[in-house]
Amino acid sequence: MLTGFVALYIFMLAAFTGYEIIGRVPSILHTPLMSGSNFVHGIVVVGATWALINAATPLEQAIGFFGVLLGAGNAAGGYVVTERMLEMFKSSDKK
Amino acid sequence: MTPDFIIQTAYFAAAFLFIYGLKRMSSPVTARSGIVWAGWGMVVAVLASFLYVLDVNESAKPHLTTNIVLVAIALALGLGWAWRSGKKVEMTAMPQMVALYNGMGGGAAAAIAAIELFGYKTHGSIVLTMAVLGGLIGAMALSGSLIAWAKLDGRVNGTWRFSGLQAVNGSLLLVLLAMGGYTIVQGGEVSHAFIAVFFILALFYGVMMTMPIGGADMPVVISLYNAFTGLAVGFEGYVLQNPALMIAGMVVGSAGTLLTLLMAKAMNRSVSNVLFSNFGAAAEEEGEIEGSMKPADASDAAIQMRYASKVIIAPGYGLAVAQAQHKLFEFVKLLQANDVDVKFAIHPVAGRMPGHMNVLLAEAGVPYDIIYDMEDINEEFAQADVAVVVGANDTVNPAARTNKSSPIYGMPILNVDKARQVYVVKRGKGKGYSGVENELFYADNCNMVYGDAQKVMVDMLTAVKELEGGGH
Repeated sequence: MLTGFVALYIFMLAAFTGYEIIGRVPSILHTPLMSGSNFVHGIVVVGATWALINAATPLEQAIGFFGVLLGAGNAAGGYVVTERMLEMFKSSDKK
Repeated sequence: MTPDFIIQTAYFAAAFLFIYGLKRMSSPVTARSGIVWAGWGMVVAVLASFLYVLDVNESAKPHLTTNIVLVAIALALGLGWAWRSGKKVEMTAMPQMVALYNGMGGGAAAAIAAIELFGYKTHGSIVLTMAVLGGLIGAMALSGSLIAWAKLDGRVNGTWRFSGLQAVNGSLLLVLLAMGGYTIVQGGEVSHAFIAVFFILALFYGVMMTMPIGGADMPVVISLYNAFTGLAVGFEGYVLQNPALMIAGMVVGSAGTLLTLLMAKAMNRSVSNVLFSNFGAAAEEEGEIEGSMKPADASDAAIQMRYASKVIIAPGYGLAVAQAQHKLFEFVKLLQANDVDVKFAIHPVAGRMPGHMNVLLAEAGVPYDIIYDMEDINEEFAQADVAVVVGANDTVNPAARTNKSSPIYGMPILNVDKARQVYVVKRGKGKGYSGVENELFYADNCNMVYGDAQKVMVDMLTAVKELEGGGH
């Protein structure tokens, strides 16, 4: 389905999207943004879940368990710390 | 509606929400809502992935119940642990926490690759290449991020390196690439032991890459591993034919690469320079500096600021270490009440990573509209009556402009030395993170206020309050 050139187009457009979004960010937001993009790749938990559900041997189950565990940690941890940081940014006219 | 249609719709929604969320995160006004949007994207994608149970491979069917239980346990444990640790972590410890979560993502991508390779599930050279590359990069990001975390957290001290380390690392990478290439050429038909050695070497390579890098450079490395994990996730997304992983992974891969370049540029270094050379060790004594350091009282400094019309504060990591940002902001509010124009000047690498200082000031309640980036405020120092440096050192060292032999030569700095009067709040006479002597401290218009930053701030507050209590 997503093979060959279709995949290549997806990769290319996604890469430009990422570049464009970050390129215009003020440096005061760099730390939350790094943390935010760290959260976004936590989507890997979805792939790990698929792999574990389709595991056929104890070895695959063990690795899959490990993968889902780590992926869930990436997503949840990334969300919590990013949200905590961004929540603190306040402007002075909203005192 | 077939389950697959629901799953694909959910992925489409997730991909949209991620990009829209990141977009909103690019302005401080909308940033908070941005992460919430992206968070919903994640929730939608994870919930939809439970529909996978309706369509499993034939070989996995006998294990389906066990596998579902395992997924539930792993999700609950990972989520529960990360949620609690994320709520607890101090703002000063944020960089290493991001490193830790990032390493976990890399590990998850490597795990997907491992299952594919150990189970001989992938066929075709393109898919295999993606699986092998994703596994290699993901495993490197896992072990490398763990080392970065351990170093910033003070669990591993010092840098170890030996002559020939780069040669060892270079050959290690060649071996890894050769093993990966062999796996692809063999169509994935290699022994379990071979695959295991491949992953162990990849993990080891991540350790070897990161150990020689000093703490000051670690943010660049964390950002680089963040980009690596993104790439690994994107590649494994291709292997699993999962568009959400492909898009999210590649967006982060490119965004992370750009962020890494921006950080390295702010530190006046190239990324390869960070990875392959040693910063701290190169800093040798570079001759005597004329003049002497002149101490000053906190109260004198405070009173001068009270009667100034324009004060610029240049905070550094030392401020956060002393937990003095709340007291500092209290003092700033006192000055503002007396019609003093107060601004904060942030060097791009103030704190432990770019933007870290902004987070630390935001935590103390400082509104972001009196915080300025270096390039926006550097011109204004010449009009400032007082510039105060709190817990910063290398980022205000004029040697970066003038002294060609200095290791920080060429790094952009805050022009605090252009202010009429400079006060440096500092615990002792020590050197900065780079190990370079600071010429600013010896300048005629500079006085040193020695002491713990929090205590100094309290003294300054008291001095100004007493002045006012005594009737103008």
